[in-house]
Amino acid sequence: MNTILSSNIRIASKLLQDFSITSTDLSNACLKRANDTKKFNAFITITKSEADHQAQESSQRYQNGKQLSELDGITIAMKDNFCTANIRTTCASKMLENFIPAYNATVYEKLRQSGAVLIGKCNLDQFAMGSGTVDSLYGPTKNMWQFLNDDFYITGGSSGGCAVAVATGACFAAVGSDSGGSTRNPASYCGLVGLKPTYGLVSRLGLIPLVNSMDVPGILTRCVDDCVSVLNAVAGPDPKDSTCFARPYKKISLPSGDKLSIKGLKVGIPVEYYCNDMGDEVLHTWNEVAQLLEDNGAIVKEISLPNTEYSIVCYSILNQCEVASNMARYDGIEFGYRAHENASTEKLYASSRSVGFNEVVRNRILAGNYFLLNRNYDKYFNQALKVRRLIVNDFDKAWEEVQVLLTPTTLTTAPKYKDFIRKTNRDQTAIQDFCTQPANMSGVPAVTIPIKLSTDGMPLSLQIIGRNLSEPMILALAKFIESNVNFPQYLKITDNK
Amino acid sequence: MFLNRKLYDIFLVRTSSTKAYKSKWKSVVGLEVHAQIQSQSKLFSAAGTRFASGVNQNVSLFDAATPGTLPVLNKRCVEAGVLTALALNCRVNAVSMFDRKHYFYSDLPAGYQITQQRSPLANDGLLEFHVYTPGVHKTPYVKKSKIKQIQLEQDSGKSLHDDDRSLVDLNRAGIPLMEIVFEPDLGDGEEAAALIKELVVILQRLNTCSCKMEEGALRVDANVSIHKPNDSLGVRTEIKNIGSVRAVAGAITYEIKRQIAVLERGGTITNETRSWNSISKVTVPMRDKEEKQDYRYMPEPNLPPLYLAIGPSNWGCLNVDNLKASIPELPNETRNRLKNDYNLTPEQAVILVNESKLLDIFNETVLRMKLNAKLMANILINDFLSLIHKEKKVLEDITIPVEFLAETVMLLQKSAINRKTAQLLLKEMLSLPKDTPSEIVRSRGWYQITNEEELRTICKTVIKENPKILNQYLNGKLIVFDAFLGKIVAKSEGKADMSQVPSILKEVLKELKK
Repeated sequence: MNTILSSNIRIASKLLQDFSITSTDLSNACLKRANDTKKFNAFITITKSEADHQAQESSQRYQNGKQLSELDGITIAMKDNFCTANIRTTCASKMLENFIPAYNATVYEKLRQSGAVLIGKCNLDQFAMGSGTVDSLYGPTKNMWQFLNDDFYITGGSSGGCAVAVATGACFAAVGSDSGGSTRNPASYCGLVGLKPTYGLVSRLGLIPLVNSMDVPGILTRCVDDCVSVLNAVAGPDPKDSTCFARPYKKISLPSGDKLSIKGLKVGIPVEYYCNDMGDEVLHTWNEVAQLLEDNGAIVKEISLPNTEYSIVCYSILNQCEVASNMARYDGIEFGYRAHENASTEKLYASSRSVGFNEVVRNRILAGNYFLLNRNYDKYFNQALKVRRLIVNDFDKAWEEVQVLLTPTTLTTAPKYKDFIRKTNRDQTAIQDFCTQPANMSGVPAVTIPIKLSTDGMPLSLQIIGRNLSEPMILALAKFIESNVNFPQYLKITDNK
Repeated sequence: MFLNRKLYDIFLVRTSSTKAYKSKWKSVVGLEVHAQIQSQSKLFSAAGTRFASGVNQNVSLFDAATPGTLPVLNKRCVEAGVLTALALNCRVNAVSMFDRKHYFYSDLPAGYQITQQRSPLANDGLLEFHVYTPGVHKTPYVKKSKIKQIQLEQDSGKSLHDDDRSLVDLNRAGIPLMEIVFEPDLGDGEEAAALIKELVVILQRLNTCSCKMEEGALRVDANVSIHKPNDSLGVRTEIKNIGSVRAVAGAITYEIKRQIAVLERGGTITNETRSWNSISKVTVPMRDKEEKQDYRYMPEPNLPPLYLAIGPSNWGCLNVDNLKASIPELPNETRNRLKNDYNLTPEQAVILVNESKLLDIFNETVLRMKLNAKLMANILINDFLSLIHKEKKVLEDITIPVEFLAETVMLLQKSAINRKTAQLLLKEMLSLPKDTPSEIVRSRGWYQITNEEELRTICKTVIKENPKILNQYLNGKLIVFDAFLGKIVAKSEGKADMSQVPSILKEVLKELKK
């Protein structure tokens, strides 16, 4: 069974179909794995009763020959900022510690309709504000690649819990969210495939928002094919999300790795993505893969995205403004944490919010409200919108020259916790999101793919960015790289030990 | 302190005569109207909109600002907004946007209201209307008010405050509103009331708002300021949530007088929000909103821009030109039709258009039953409407059998009864009789006496019974002729055909003179 947990969706689905295993067997094995790996703190809630129930239904369907899809019986996890009916959804916050939604996020609903089995809800930085999965009410999530006793490597974030859940084999896929890199960053640090789809391709309904205009549900899997399977299940129009594309989604189907050709593919290397903080090994990996692509017939060229460096500061303003606005609803009246305060409604708001939010959230609310003041609006928010437009234009220009961009995902491998927390949440975000953030700014899709391990044994990953709705192309390229680099999967290594 | 000031204001107003200031001060009034759009569901959610639903029964997850929920724009509301904008001669914008307006209040669950601040649905309209309040104005006059913008926005919920607790009802939260912002083009309360009356008729014809002010379906805010001619505009105050047409006139009239009184005694007007107390008939400062709010507007990121098709295109939410074609006859057109086609006076045209129920009867009886239009208008306005006012009833509450009215006027038109009898019949009608007017007239012997001989006999009898008056008449005091007419009406119990009586009476008297 351990081999199955380390395998992929295609193999597991085949085993379910030929009755080698049942959905319940698979679910139980995953629940056990989730329990056995508790020290990494991937889950806020393990949804055993839902998993039992859903797996049983799935087993029944297989017995009746009524399999819903290739995901029927496949175990998944959701980041704990996606609403799940009757399952608490905390955003890793005191504010929503006891929040039990009455509805399902569209992404989760679609996975349910595909027959997937929910193992649990994963840890994150409070309200997804962070890039380490260290600022959680439930404590930090720890990277399983090098587990030390006195210190640990961070997973990256904010979808760190999802990354660990997938990497340790507690599930095949997890749905995270990505507003500035929150899916790709932990995928990169944990050696996983992490997809940020085109903005509008996957419904945001039920994703508790961070930055509405940039948030997308992200997918974390151990291989590209699994990512495609999940994307095929969750993508497509949603009448309940007005920012979704209305066009029907066409399912992606990729040929096997050895049949993929990249001959003539125009690949851009954006020079501005190189910066002083970039680690040598990251730079080498970047060069190696660029060389690999060129050797296989791709046309690799340097291009310029001149406004890249302004993306982070622009993001910082837009993020904090939307946060200030989105967080206004947490007043302790309709849902969420309510302080014991009867003096006045204003005091009730104030104490509920100061207890319910951590310092990072409160800081962003304060800054965002400042930027949105009538007298500051043009100076900050409006200016940030203009910069955003420049960044979008950068990408548009790039697509006139190349089809995809190859960049690092993160500037280094996963940092140690003690090093990471030396910088503030804000400063860390600026460093961690440097390569991932511009894609959110312009809405384009991006996928991170693990390449190899660093000399100290941590995953090194690269990112592929394409134009809007070019998921088939960037995933195909990711698959090509995947089949050429033979990244040593964490589970394969531990299984062999 | 608050109370003292209020009393002081009243004192000032009551003791100062406004007439003296008329030439010295100019008042300026601008209106903002919140009209609830008539629709089955809310502006951004599928929750229902029925007015008298149980507390918190019309609330979707979105209306309660449940995390992760998203707004979905209700097309019907866009349609209503566009229709209204077209009827008010606005420029409908091909692209408009939604904004978040932030403030904390317990009945605003999201902490912001979705509105259209920066880029509204429509701009630059013009409303032309007639100002005519019987008893205030001798004749109607035409007034115009420009419209700055029309925007779609959400209504808030309702808070109920008790001594030790507050309760929230979110049924109203998210109900669609059109906010219609008028330029400060009006001069006084009567003009404001006339504008609202006209607006009510338009919205009701378009079926875009019920305009039931008592249900809060139409709420009026008034900005009022005064200044001396040739000076720049004065500091304005805003009167919030005025709840009836008469209150609009009353509140603004009061506020103008109050401001004049304050300035006359050397005081200053503060830019503040006031509310109208319809019982004590004063405006008073509102306690909250003392601090100037910064609403921290931000574009609503969950809604794409609202695109409308103009011209031969079907791209966007809906086609504006198709809607334009579906606009019904508007009140101005109706007034012109009434004046031109039926020769009604401007006053009659204004009143009929303002009282849609009377207009319906008029249309029904004159167009379909071919009754005399002028006579019908006279009866409806002079007799029927004044009867209802006299009986202190509300026109809308009265179930009028159109046939009864029609038959009454028909009897009058045929001279089978006279005006006096018609009035009696109308009064009968209020008690919902089972009999038709003809049956009532027959059973009570109310037919008009039109036979010349019969009338002559009545004349002779009256003259015989009043020798004193006859003497005066014969001695040259011709004015007592009218006294005879009165006696004849009384003698015939109001049934004598008074169009014939004077000539017959003259003949009889002439014979007596000889």
